[in-house]
Amino acid sequence: MLALLTRDLRLAVRAGGGFGLGVAFFLILSALVPFGVGPDRAALAPVAPGILWVGALLACLLSLDRIFALDHEDGSLDLLATAPMPLEGAVAVKALAHWITTGLPLVLAAPLFGVLLQLPPVAMPWLVLSLLIGTPALSMLGAFGAALTVGLRRGGLLLSLLVLPLYIPTLIFGAEITRRGAEGAAIVTPLVFQAGITLAVLALIPFAAAAALRVNLR
Amino acid sequence: MSIWEYANPAKFMRTTDRLLPWVVGGAVLLSVTGVVWGFLTPDDFRQGSTVKIVFLHVPAAMMAINIWVMMLVASLIWIIRRHHVSALAAKAAAPIGAVMTLIALATGALWGQPMWGTWWEWDPRLTSFLILFLFYLGYIALWAAIDDPDSAADLTGVLCLVGSVFALLSRYAVLFWNQGLHQGASLSVQSGERMSHVYRYPLYTAMVGFGLLFLALLLIRTRTEIRRRRLAALQAREMRA
Repeated sequence: MLALLTRDLRLAVRAGGGFGLGVAFFLILSALVPFGVGPDRAALAPVAPGILWVGALLACLLSLDRIFALDHEDGSLDLLATAPMPLEGAVAVKALAHWITTGLPLVLAAPLFGVLLQLPPVAMPWLVLSLLIGTPALSMLGAFGAALTVGLRRGGLLLSLLVLPLYIPTLIFGAEITRRGAEGAAIVTPLVFQAGITLAVLALIPFAAAAALRVNLR
Repeated sequence: MSIWEYANPAKFMRTTDRLLPWVVGGAVLLSVTGVVWGFLTPDDFRQGSTVKIVFLHVPAAMMAINIWVMMLVASLIWIIRRHHVSALAAKAAAPIGAVMTLIALATGALWGQPMWGTWWEWDPRLTSFLILFLFYLGYIALWAAIDDPDSAADLTGVLCLVGSVFALLSRYAVLFWNQGLHQGASLSVQSGERMSHVYRYPLYTAMVGFGLLFLALLLIRTRTEIRRRRLAALQAREMRA
């Protein structure tokens, strides 16, 4: 499993430049929003939590089809499926690799983009925390969507149609945590819900994703 | 005699062939009666004539949710017992459900404009219906994208299971996110009656009518899917010969 993780990370860093792309996309989005909304602090600050979360969602979405597509093309996915390691484990590891290459950089870079969007400093820790808790669920659900569409030629657009509705609960609670953090309100309830969703997703979705992969490899 | 006999496509075709005229007749009779009877009811003292939208809005909304549940059950039957008719029924139901969701949203917008002064509000019920519509779209798109019918049935089945959990989760997450304008349930078994008899009976008629309408459309569409599958099998045999 560790070997698979290091292999995936190495591929992501060295080949194709997929590594920094999510963060770069996030940066562009944060730079574009003030052009659309206006540069006022009063206009930007209230929408900043939502924009940051939607940005994280879309940045995550960009690299989803890479989770299985390349391995499916060169046949290493078939090898993984016949390996002694359960396919569920392989799915979980690949989702983890995706999270380390896209989710984690987003979490680390988020305060910077928060500054760009005039997010109040008190909300920064909550933004980072909510992203830290929420983004693993995004990667795992994305792996499920990627597993469903892996054999398809024009899977990219379909993938976003399938995955984005699944992201709604995570988005709601993540943005709510940040918004409440900015207002100084109690954040325990959304935080608990967010963590619960992520844990349930991490526990159950690998089975659904592996089932979908098995059908696609049949 | 067990219900699984109807998993045999030939048996299903024979039975539905006999059943279909009755279902179609009942659907037309009851839904037309319900809606027309609804339009003949007196105006509500606060909502005026707009209250009559309820006879389209509520049955469509009810069917939108029930059709998804039916798809979930059919997908489970396909995944567990591999009955093709079940998978085809789930496939056939999805567009009907999407249209029902759209009817509920559209009539709701038409009703909301005079009553709430807005076509659209990010109210929990409205939002969850929009999300439900997105789930229907994804499900239909996945069916359309995959060529091999058995893989398509498997993958959409898995999507339906995961989607059901998340549709339900979104329903309550949305409740957390925004408290809304939409009223609660007007017809409820526990809380007794909160709706006048004048409106209740036409509404019940329309609800049963919409249920039968769904059944009729579902049977017709499933029969079409079975015939399409047979046609594909015949063509494949001809290619080999």
